[in-house]
Amino acid sequence: MDYFVQQVINGLQLGFVYALIALGYTMVYGIVRLINFAHGDVFMVGAFIGLYTIERFQWPLAAVFVSAVVGCTVLAVLIEQLAYRPLRHAPKIASLITAIGVSLFLEYFTSLRQVFGPHFYSFPRPFPVVSWNWHGILVTNIQAVIFLVTTLCVLLLQFIVFRTKMGRAMRAVSFDYVTAGLMGVNVNMVISFTFGLGAALAGVGGVLYGIAYPQVNTFMGFMPGLKAFTAAVLGGIGNIPGAVLGALIMGQSETMVSAYLSSTYRDGIAFVILILVLLWKPTGILGTSRTEKV
Amino acid sequence: MKRNLFIPVLAVLLAGAFPGCKPPPGKEMKIGLITPLSGDVKTFGESVKNAFEIAVEEANAKGGVVGMKIATFIVDDRNDPTEASNAANLLINQHGVKAIVGSVTSKTTIPVSDLAQRYRIPTITGTATNPKVTVADGKRKDYMFRSCYTDSFQGTVMAKFSRDTLQAATTAILYDASNDYSKGIAEVFRDSFARMGGEVVAYESYGKDDVDFSALLTKVKVAKPDVLFLPDYYNKVGLIAKQAKEKELKAKLVGPDGWDSPELVKVAGEAIEGGYFSNHYSPEDTRPEVVNWVKKYREKFGQTPDSLGTLVYDATNMLLEAIREADSDDPGKIRDALASLKGFEGVTGKFTMDENGDPIKSAVIIQIRDGKQKFLQVVNP
Repeated sequence: MDYFVQQVINGLQLGFVYALIALGYTMVYGIVRLINFAHGDVFMVGAFIGLYTIERFQWPLAAVFVSAVVGCTVLAVLIEQLAYRPLRHAPKIASLITAIGVSLFLEYFTSLRQVFGPHFYSFPRPFPVVSWNWHGILVTNIQAVIFLVTTLCVLLLQFIVFRTKMGRAMRAVSFDYVTAGLMGVNVNMVISFTFGLGAALAGVGGVLYGIAYPQVNTFMGFMPGLKAFTAAVLGGIGNIPGAVLGALIMGQSETMVSAYLSSTYRDGIAFVILILVLLWKPTGILGTSRTEKV
Repeated sequence: MKRNLFIPVLAVLLAGAFPGCKPPPGKEMKIGLITPLSGDVKTFGESVKNAFEIAVEEANAKGGVVGMKIATFIVDDRNDPTEASNAANLLINQHGVKAIVGSVTSKTTIPVSDLAQRYRIPTITGTATNPKVTVADGKRKDYMFRSCYTDSFQGTVMAKFSRDTLQAATTAILYDASNDYSKGIAEVFRDSFARMGGEVVAYESYGKDDVDFSALLTKVKVAKPDVLFLPDYYNKVGLIAKQAKEKELKAKLVGPDGWDSPELVKVAGEAIEGGYFSNHYSPEDTRPEVVNWVKKYREKFGQTPDSLGTLVYDATNMLLEAIREADSDDPGKIRDALASLKGFEGVTGKFTMDENGDPIKSAVIIQIRDGKQKFLQVVNP
């Protein structure tokens, strides 16, 4: 029983980190119907901002999070304006290919020696690790920070989307951006805001990831990005609670397969679950189907 | 524009059409080095490059080999098998090297060895320990050599050390399923440990890009092994060790030569304290070859040479020795001279090539104490 609970906690840690990235995918998809493949790389930039602010400037943790959030937001808004906006009315496939291009650009550009460099860097722990042992179940303060920060972020996001004017504009644009524009919603601004909001979460995710798995490199965004994207699809892409649910399922299934079967099957089974869910409900667990308007 | 290109292209084609002619005076002996200067094992690549350059400089200071100055071509493979193939192609077909030193890790050296064999270019790696580097499917790649012992030797040595010296009854093994080096040692260690009467309580794999080992380590913790064997390179081992400590795992950490980097302690901190690993030489050894080499390297680069650099220094010197013996820059003759090398006195010991191009030599065991590598003992084959 201890073993099971311990593995559930391990799975939660992984799931919460995936959730922060999955939210960015799902929001952008919900608004502009674009799978933003560069999102995993924005997450990587967040981790590097964390590395620099902790190691070089030794800023307090709150300042580290704020700078990662600001840095990623600015980066994502720039990407949106330079790469995606000119293609807003082009066929969807053009934006998709551009997203892959932006992703590769970020990975290789930042791995230049003049930028972050092509190496693996160890990420400093901003606080000493403490673990609490409760009847043989171990929880570290790192896990506590991850649970706390992620929960706060998700609640904040729920608040922004459902309780603010900007959130209402986002939902309107997501529903029908032409009509929303006619009703006086500044569609371009809302889209930029959405990219920025997703990137802010990725920035927080990058720093948390660095703290939990203390090693960063410029290609680190690829795998978590792919897993988070899968989680978003599993939960129903475009749906915010769905992304969190999908991420938690991914985290648990990966952990449980490692724990009770063999780690070799881990990724295989995670994707089998995805396929089965999509066969049963093609829109994902919480996704709602919408009819294409002509 | 087309016309302008024609003459240089023709010149290159003509130059390529007459290889292997007797060297005119002033001709260069071209030797290539393939090494990871960036990516996940860059400290390996850098010390290998330093060592290679020292060996070549020394030879050039004495007038080069067989009357020719040595010209070097150094290519970065980023510890990526595809890049390593490209590098070997570039060296052989573009630069026309007569011999290659490299690459550093087994997964990159295996593709290099296939190209070396295809183009018949004698190649010696200092550090790739996987058996498949020199032998594939029971067939010897006769242009491929190395100056280090193989994984089967180091896996056996560490299993014996864990059973006899550490008195371990049980072990857990975590390895990278996508890495030839890691998988090879893991298998040998598992089999040897079991053969010596120990019990393998967990044998689990992970992927190249994994960073979360909490599920695996929780599983290992429940099995309560005396020893946790981690056959991988320093970056991954550092991450695993750190998470093992957070999970309050009590097992002693044991590993192979991939641990040999100052980065290991930087990544893992106290988590790696007290760990043991097998290595190829210790800078604390008092043999004159070792003392001289450490002094030379320190003077030039201001740090103690790691065993990878040292092995490549030996590999480069073996290759140069073979060229002298062959008295020619003909790749075939250099190969024959390498294959028949006997009693070569290197920094990492005295060695003789066996029929597979693998040297017969001893290993040392190092312990990490107070964040430093401490020499523990020598193990003979």
